[in-house]
Amino acid sequence: MLKYIAKRIGLAVVTVWAVATLTFFLMNMVPGGPFLSEKAISPQATAALEAKYGLDKPLFQQYLTYIGGAVQGDFGDSLKQRGRTVTEIILMKFPVSARVGGISVLVALTLGIPLGCIAALKRGKFLDSLISVVATCGIAVPSFVICTVLLYTFGAKLKLLPTVGLTSWKNYIMPVMALSFYPTAYIMRLMRSSMLDVLGQDYMRTAKAKGVSGFVSLFKHALRNAILPVVTYVGPMLAYTVTGSFVVEKIFTIPGLGGEFIGAINGRDYTLIMGTTIFLATLIIVMNVVVDIVYKIVDPRIKLK
Amino acid sequence: MKENPVSFQLKLNPEDFLPATQEEKQSQVIMRESVSFWKDGGRRLVKNKVAMVSIVVIILVMIFSFIVPSFYPYSYKDQIKGANNLAPMQYSEEEQAKIDAGESVFPHIFGTDKMGRDYAIRVMMGSRISLLVGLIATGIILIIGSAYGSIAAFFGGWVDLVMMRIVDIIYTIPDILLIVLLSFALKEPLGHLKDVPGFAWVNVVGENLISIFVVFALLYWVGMARMVRSQVLMLKESEYVTAARALGVGSGKIIKRHLLTNCIGTLIVTTTLQIPSSIFTESFLSFLGMGVAVPLPSLGSLASDAINGMNTYPYLLFIPALLISLIILSFNLLGDGLRDAFDPKLKN
Repeated sequence: MLKYIAKRIGLAVVTVWAVATLTFFLMNMVPGGPFLSEKAISPQATAALEAKYGLDKPLFQQYLTYIGGAVQGDFGDSLKQRGRTVTEIILMKFPVSARVGGISVLVALTLGIPLGCIAALKRGKFLDSLISVVATCGIAVPSFVICTVLLYTFGAKLKLLPTVGLTSWKNYIMPVMALSFYPTAYIMRLMRSSMLDVLGQDYMRTAKAKGVSGFVSLFKHALRNAILPVVTYVGPMLAYTVTGSFVVEKIFTIPGLGGEFIGAINGRDYTLIMGTTIFLATLIIVMNVVVDIVYKIVDPRIKLK
Repeated sequence: MKENPVSFQLKLNPEDFLPATQEEKQSQVIMRESVSFWKDGGRRLVKNKVAMVSIVVIILVMIFSFIVPSFYPYSYKDQIKGANNLAPMQYSEEEQAKIDAGESVFPHIFGTDKMGRDYAIRVMMGSRISLLVGLIATGIILIIGSAYGSIAAFFGGWVDLVMMRIVDIIYTIPDILLIVLLSFALKEPLGHLKDVPGFAWVNVVGENLISIFVVFALLYWVGMARMVRSQVLMLKESEYVTAARALGVGSGKIIKRHLLTNCIGTLIVTTTLQIPSSIFTESFLSFLGMGVAVPLPSLGSLASDAINGMNTYPYLLFIPALLISLIILSFNLLGDGLRDAFDPKLKN
């Protein structure tokens, strides 16, 4: 067990390092620099700024300096937003994305799991067909389509919900709906098929034969086994939604991390790009590792290797 | 004749040597032709109504996006004077004058956009681009994924270990971050490339589109590779592989001729299900403005352009949005049908 966890954490560290390295060199391939776009700045001033942030040094040396700092938790100052460190910006923007994303994940789970179960229990009936159709259509609709349809109906035509910003609870409704749409549909499908799988198992027949009530066998035997695939899906999903969907944040003008990342690339804010990338990558990778470990603890049938 | 208990004499029954009767022969008659893999799957597929409807929808969309534009009277980049922001089936003043004069003018079925370009043809070109990207990207994924997966599985041992570790790492890399970065980073080098003689095609395809393909080639093949690997791991223990080896067939040929052809069912299904997800990703990127280059439209960029005028011209947004959902849905359903038909093991 400990060996497995150590191995997974080792691999995770390598992955984060690979992402950071790749990002660093890719980022420097992007033409332009952080100080080029600013108006009326003399070449001397640019040179001074570049010297201040160490951008005049050879690329590889910059890379070593950065990685050295990052290992110690120092992600540097933002090049564009003067006077703020990258850590400050991330700490300010991340909670916004995390709140919207977290609510969406909760919505997806509370809707997806029961609906998937119902579909499996009522297999072949009308309710099953209805849920299956909704789920199949749900995973086929890209998030920007959902966003725009919501924006058009609730925001523009019915004028029920505000379309911009995040000031009241009403602002959360549309982004949460848009963000939770795909995961809900996906969890419904996943839950339905794994539930069907479990219901056909021998131990379900045994439970029935020895007189276990339907309620107990459903919750104690079926659900606990059927939920495992959902657990594996929830980890990466949580990480992706919490870190903010780029599209949803762009459409609903949510001041979250996704928008910050795109803005950082457009402005060539090198330190902010690196900081957000490493942060998001670490979060996603950590979630994956945690889920894998939890999965193996929850399901004793899987041998730890 | 008296039987000798210790003799080895055969006791034969003369009745066993009578010619078979007509009735007995019947049991040997092959009543049905033996069914090949393709026929068997094909038959199951044809019975699946949902899959057949999806095929029809996909074919219609393909006709709509590949054949219709070649004889459509408008072009996707030509701006028609005075025909800005026309509603569907509406004519501009100039065109109305022509109609009044007795000339026939082809109607703008979906209206025109704010630059005065016919929207129907733009939607057609957009779905052409989306389909092409989906198909080409999936082709790239299929080639890289199946080659990588089968090599890792076939050689096993430390080769497999190292190759699958690489897959693990790529699998956990947050794809969206890299896509965004790569499409920005590749813009400049590709921009230089198009001035090099022999690379003029870069200009036609557009730098963004190429960087999308590069991203797919770099990141998205890992799922396919894992799938193929697990299949090949099973198949390589088969007798026919041992037989081929005993006959001195080389590794490359075994992989190509025997292993990959035997997991064709899995390959077909995974490929078909990969197409919608490639289209999905492309539309997402185009929507964020990192997809195809103007004036070439894609369904994602059409929807993105239409957002600002959404309140006044909602159809500009809903037509591409609906079409992209329809395309993804039909490919998904077709993939499910193919899986049920060709690879029943994969069900659930």
